Amino acid sequence: MTFFVFEKLGTVRGEGMIKKEMIAMLLAGGQGSRLGVLTAKVAKPAVAFGGKYRIIDFPLSNCINSGVDTVGVLTQYQPLRLNTHIGIGIPWDLDRNVGGVTVLPPYEKSANSEWYTGTANAIFQNLDYMDNYNPEYVLILSGDHIYKMDYEVMLDYHKSRGASVTIAAMPVPYEEAKRFGILIADENGKINDFEEKPENPRSNLASMGIYIFNWKLLKEALIAMAEQPALDFGKHVIPYCHEKGEPLYAYEFNGYWKDVGTLYSYWEANMELIDLVPEFNLYEEYWKIYTRSDSLPPQYIASGSKVEKCIIGEGTQIMGSVFNSVIGCGVTIGEGSIVKDSIIMNEVVIGANCEVYKGIIAENVVIGNHVKLGIGDEAENETDPHIYNTGLVTVGEKSVIPDNVTVGKNSVISGIMSASDFDNAFLASGKTMIKAGDDL
Amino acid sequence: MRAIGIILAGGNNHRMKELSQKRAISAMPIAGSYRSIDFALSNMSNSHVQRVAVFTQYNARSLNEHLSSSKWWDFGRKQGGLFVFTPTVTHENSTWYRGTADAIYQNLNFLKNSHEPYVVIASGDCVYKLDYNKVLEYHIAKKADVTIVCKEMEESENVERYGIFKMDEEGRIEEFEEKPINAKSNTISCGIYVIRRRQLIELIEKCAEENQHDFVKDVLIRYKDHKRIYGYKMKEYWRNIATVEDYYKTNMDFLKPEVRDYFFRQYPDIYSKVDDLPPAKHNVGANISNSLISSGSIINGTVENSIIFKKVFVGNNCVIRNSIILNDVYIGDNTHIENCIVESRDTIRANSYHHGEDSIKIVIEKNERYVI
Repeated sequence: MTFFVFEKLGTVRGEGMIKKEMIAMLLAGGQGSRLGVLTAKVAKPAVAFGGKYRIIDFPLSNCINSGVDTVGVLTQYQPLRLNTHIGIGIPWDLDRNVGGVTVLPPYEKSANSEWYTGTANAIFQNLDYMDNYNPEYVLILSGDHIYKMDYEVMLDYHKSRGASVTIAAMPVPYEEAKRFGILIADENGKINDFEEKPENPRSNLASMGIYIFNWKLLKEALIAMAEQPALDFGKHVIPYCHEKGEPLYAYEFNGYWKDVGTLYSYWEANMELIDLVPEFNLYEEYWKIYTRSDSLPPQYIASGSKVEKCIIGEGTQIMGSVFNSVIGCGVTIGEGSIVKDSIIMNEVVIGANCEVYKGIIAENVVIGNHVKLGIGDEAENETDPHIYNTGLVTVGEKSVIPDNVTVGKNSVISGIMSASDFDNAFLASGKTMIKAGDDL
Repeated sequence: MRAIGIILAGGNNHRMKELSQKRAISAMPIAGSYRSIDFALSNMSNSHVQRVAVFTQYNARSLNEHLSSSKWWDFGRKQGGLFVFTPTVTHENSTWYRGTADAIYQNLNFLKNSHEPYVVIASGDCVYKLDYNKVLEYHIAKKADVTIVCKEMEESENVERYGIFKMDEEGRIEEFEEKPINAKSNTISCGIYVIRRRQLIELIEKCAEENQHDFVKDVLIRYKDHKRIYGYKMKEYWRNIATVEDYYKTNMDFLKPEVRDYFFRQYPDIYSKVDDLPPAKHNVGANISNSLISSGSIINGTVENSIIFKKVFVGNNCVIRNSIILNDVYIGDNTHIENCIVESRDTIRANSYHHGEDSIKIVIEKNERYVI
């Protein structure tokens, strides 16, 4: 019996075999400077979210749930955590014989070596990667949004409209529209015009930074505009396609979508998970979110503790009281401690009789006993008022805070502190304390 | 590594009552996020035993599902791997595994095709951590033919369902009885053996020739005076979960800080299949004390001194006390559950009352669940 029939005996083995209808390119190289110390050592897509996840888990899970099994992840800023998290893509089932996930850092070339200078420039530098898969369509994603979206439905829309480029967009309140790139589309979704952060918006359809391109057009546009410094999709590539007269369509999305680009929106998106029936529900069987997770024991809640309105990761031990908070995996919260309205990331240790109010405590932080965080007035942060301005107290990863210290609001701590670093064991609201070596 | 591993996971018995209707004992859920066999598998992996065979027979669906990927225990390697052997009809053989020795005999090629000099045999129904290398070193130092891991049970413990033996001061086993009515000592066999591979092949082949099928009765006890059989004393935590009471106690042990610390915090870790479940959610009204809560659970009521497995929903005003709630159970509002084990995938109607008065009650309610 013959099992294999080679139809094209004259060709080189493998030629013409690889063909993916749509591949995804996930932009994960940005620093996300508005997250302050949280992104001092990790790229924004690798920041922990919702107890056990990282931000990049959402677009990656969307890809595999939508049947997109070839994903290039473009990394540049602090990629270590991101690389170890993605690995060969096993948690998302993206370890494939053909395709799967590939991490694409900038690389040296025989001429014109450079970093990724803009979103589209990063894609341009990886034309070869995309060519390998000979796709019809390329999906451009960004690694810092929390949402569930079926890209296949978006692709169907793209095909049915005969579009060359489809941009996912969601309606926002008019007063907020000036923070976004706004699309002006007709009733069929055809885009007539667009405006970047307009003062007086003509529409309330905000671009979500998710694009489907016809591969031929994308390739041509990227090559045509290769010389443009800081080549960007919103600023250069989309206008180029529009001017060429290609049909651009807006795909309206009405589900939950959150850009977690600022400390407050990051905090708020986490807090939304703990509502009784959250708008963004992680507990649905359909459309699971996958993440790399160790085999961890269950969490332990001790006698005398009180836990209400929280989500709590595996391996965590709670001896104190926790309200309204998102707690990661492997965390210890000591006896008599109170944690409220806070985000505590993986492997944090909080000693006994501490108080944490509206804190964002990054991974592997150790907090001593009798420490109070988030106490006092809402003074503006002295060094970075545009980042730390919403009453949160932020602690960078691997920091150590000694016993008996009190820290105010809008303050930042990063580094291994000892009692001698504090005046009278006190850090007033709005102060920044970052040890050398933790430059931002 | 110098050894290959065999895990005997075929067994089932009536002492587990309704709980073993659904699954082999080796697949019994333990401590919130584990299955009983995870302990033997993790010990193998942590001892660098890389080629491991699991023999299953009874109701293996749940177990096979759990073992569907070997990556959780880091066995998916080019050198070695995890093999699951269920009885099959072949040219020479058309029977089930008639006993532990027969199970090994029917898969003798696994032993013959390996090249490691030793074999570690363990069972899948015990909760413990053990570095098998230590047993192997002891085995080599004693020039033993077979080494059996044993444990001294407390005087109060009823040992009549174990293999009991007596050793001389050298550690060599003098007397060995299986499930005696009057136990002469409180040293019990933990069902973990180290033996040279060629020796095992020889003994098993002889056993099969004589049409005998049990490894303990027909090999160990029969040859105890002819072969050098030694006991290796294990001092750490070890529990077998052959009865409902043992199963309940073993789970409840994990509420003790020292047991939790030993298994959950100290190296090496115990691994299990990783489910993609969200973190546990505690809503307003949750009131939990001294309990283990696993991922994917949503708690709205009171939980005391209990173990809540994965994906459990506890409704408003519920009281769960001294109980074990297995995976994927839905508990409706105002329900009271005390001293119970609730079977997995069960749906408990609102306003129910379950109380194990004298002994542990096993709750199995096959109510329909309406998914909206």
